[in-house]
Amino acid sequence: MTIKGKAYVAGAFEHPTRNAPDKSVAQLHAECAKGALEDAGLSKDDVDGYFCAGDAPGMGPLSLVDYLNLRLRHVDSTETGGSSYLVHVAHAAEAIALGKCSVALITLAGRPKSEGMATGTAPRQGNPAQPDLQFEFPYGPTVVNMYAMCAMRHMYQYGTTSEQLAWIKVAASQHAQHNPNAVLRDVVSVKDVIESPIVASPLHRLDCCVISDGGGALVVVAPEVMKNLNRPRVKIIGAGEAPKGQFGGDVDLTFSGASWSGPRAFAEAGVKPADIRYASIYDSFTITVLMQIEDLGFCAKGEGGRFVADGNLISGVGKLPFNTDGGGLCNNHPANRGGMTKVIEAVRQLRGEAHPAVQVKDCALALAQGTGGVLGSRHGSATLILERE
Amino acid sequence: MSIRKLPAPEANPETSPYWEAAKKGVLLLRRCTACGRAHHYPRALCPFCFSDRLEWQAASGKGSIYSFSVMQRAPVPYAIAYVTLEEGPTMLTNIVDCDFASLRIGMTVRLVFKPAEGGAALPMFTPD
Repeated sequence: MTIKGKAYVAGAFEHPTRNAPDKSVAQLHAECAKGALEDAGLSKDDVDGYFCAGDAPGMGPLSLVDYLNLRLRHVDSTETGGSSYLVHVAHAAEAIALGKCSVALITLAGRPKSEGMATGTAPRQGNPAQPDLQFEFPYGPTVVNMYAMCAMRHMYQYGTTSEQLAWIKVAASQHAQHNPNAVLRDVVSVKDVIESPIVASPLHRLDCCVISDGGGALVVVAPEVMKNLNRPRVKIIGAGEAPKGQFGGDVDLTFSGASWSGPRAFAEAGVKPADIRYASIYDSFTITVLMQIEDLGFCAKGEGGRFVADGNLISGVGKLPFNTDGGGLCNNHPANRGGMTKVIEAVRQLRGEAHPAVQVKDCALALAQGTGGVLGSRHGSATLILERE
Repeated sequence: MSIRKLPAPEANPETSPYWEAAKKGVLLLRRCTACGRAHHYPRALCPFCFSDRLEWQAASGKGSIYSFSVMQRAPVPYAIAYVTLEEGPTMLTNIVDCDFASLRIGMTVRLVFKPAEGGAALPMFTPD
């Protein structure tokens, strides 16, 4: 049993807002849902499956299903942080393959910018019943310093440098200059990145993603629905998911869950890393990109620093064009969760609808990779492989 | 120099022996008598073999820095770290009483305790 070829991404919509003090979170979800359905050429009443994650206000999907007034036969609120929406695409394909639904809507939205959230630099108090909390929270774990420890270890073990990490931001900024909605549109240099202030060593301010409001939505449909739609056909051909933790104290920060989710997705799709023409790679921080690129097999473990340097991720310049919308590093990071926009830009590339300055020529095979949660403690990884038919 | 306030850990019946020992200056590890392995953070069932035959063991307090990061963008900068204990497990902690610029991965460290809110004590480490 496989999901290969069992479902298509028919609709994709990225909310243009980056700062939405005048909107509610539920409203943003609804505007994204409407945008993705219009993109697909479908209506609200066609939806029979709905997927959302922890950014959705209310108990699992219940409040938003009611707010959107959907009548459904399938729901899924799998929560793996920013990677959730890639998992949702895979789970939607599974549900469609089993006949549980035929038009699946996936939404994401949030307002960390207008709510003034210290996303990366303030320790987040959680539920005391969360078993790890009492052994971690008192020590001041933030999003940035927990990713920074991965970078520190990678530098120690493989000789990776801050200059090499900076190339990832440089590539994202080269792409973002063409995106009128991007939060950061100025092209930056390696020097700009390494001379920006340290937030948590060894990560600088420009090694971090932006904080923005916004959202996005996807519509995943069955083949019999797709054949009646007037949109380019983006077929789901492989998916993998994998959570990774601290292994009872056998902590290893040198690899991510992508080392498991990636091979599963490639095996299902029957393709290899060298076949991929475009990759959306989750970019909460520069180190997140570097580790996932290695773990997905685009280069050998430890070679990521050399691989990303000298513009190798820049569309039209390097071998692996990535995040051509500017990614989380420059474009947006709605609800502090970048997985949705990773899928959306991959769909644009496969349709030939990316900005002409960054569109990959004859882009027939793309990968989207998400990491959710915290790379240095517990995270979920999800890999999707999509093909233009 | 301002002092960083340390929040109290919220102990529960499964973990209270760990935090009670910490107040007495002892770092406890959980060791499984079925598979022989020590783990951290402590659990009622061994995370390697699911045995419930576990015992508490006092750690030597010796370890080395597996990784660390100095949080500069904070009211009082601090060093978060993973320290690998002599007994095997690696734990999240802070490195304290040191020049942050001198910290290196692989550096040997020893156990100290720092007071947290509510009378708790947190196991931390300092360069040896």
